[in-house]
Amino acid sequence: MLDILVIIFMVMGLFFFFGTTVGIVRFPDFYTRTHAAGKGDTLSVMLMLFGLALYNLHHLSPATLLVSGKIVIICVVVFIASPTATHAIMDAGYEAKVRHWSRPGAPKDPQDNSGEKQ
Amino acid sequence: MFITVTFILLFILWVLFSGKFDLFHLSLGAISCAMVAAFCGKLLFQDKSRHLGGRLAEAGRFLRYLAWLLIQIVQANFHVIGLALSGRRLRRDLDPHIFHFKTVLRHDFSKFVLANSITLTPGTVTIRIHGDTLYIHAISKKAAGDLAEDSISEMERRVGHIFERHNLCFIADKDNQA
Repeated sequence: MLDILVIIFMVMGLFFFFGTTVGIVRFPDFYTRTHAAGKGDTLSVMLMLFGLALYNLHHLSPATLLVSGKIVIICVVVFIASPTATHAIMDAGYEAKVRHWSRPGAPKDPQDNSGEKQ
Repeated sequence: MFITVTFILLFILWVLFSGKFDLFHLSLGAISCAMVAAFCGKLLFQDKSRHLGGRLAEAGRFLRYLAWLLIQIVQANFHVIGLALSGRRLRRDLDPHIFHFKTVLRHDFSKFVLANSITLTPGTVTIRIHGDTLYIHAISKKAAGDLAEDSISEMERRVGHIFERHNLCFIADKDNQA
């Protein structure tokens, strides 16, 4: 029973990781690629770590409970750190005036001032 | 009082990380946690005017918000995967924009929570916070239009309910809910 739950969590984590990776390869520019990396990583890492924490509870004892608790703490850290890191990378790109990809022929965004001096 | 709370938090972490329950390790932990709490106990809580009960209620509301946010994150992931695996339609569906969002939140921490939530929800990533303006990159037209403004306002309202109940902009909402 526990095994089935663990497998479900792991496979879902792998699936989201796969989608993220395909997104990173296929998306056209820096910003959209960071989109894929920032979102996919958070959920898939959390799913896989949660699966590990469950798997670890096979032999229920204080020691394994502690290890699972530590894994949950890692989940919390990832949950805070991943969007913050995404934001930092994006902000660095914006600071360096990286132009964002837009559809050929799309009207220029009046609010977009990346690529221009502020 | 704040020093005691700091000590308790530190000691829980100590027990969790050390994983040893014998007297030697526990007393060692208690001594070092007491020392750190005595030296740095005043750093953890900056606003000393507020009571512990209020903080606990805030933490409870924050946990409820996290549950809601988790659903949004799953949606965001399906959104990104749908785009990534969409074959030739990819270039047609992508239409990135950068737009600005003015927030009414005042405190740095609630702005930080809002920005991180925007990053984790479908189609939008916060690039930077400049004063009370958030620079947001949206991946498609759908994520950039009025719909996005609405969902971000909704998120802002939720964050405001957690951390800034005294903020004038949210008092009217609170009366409606009550």
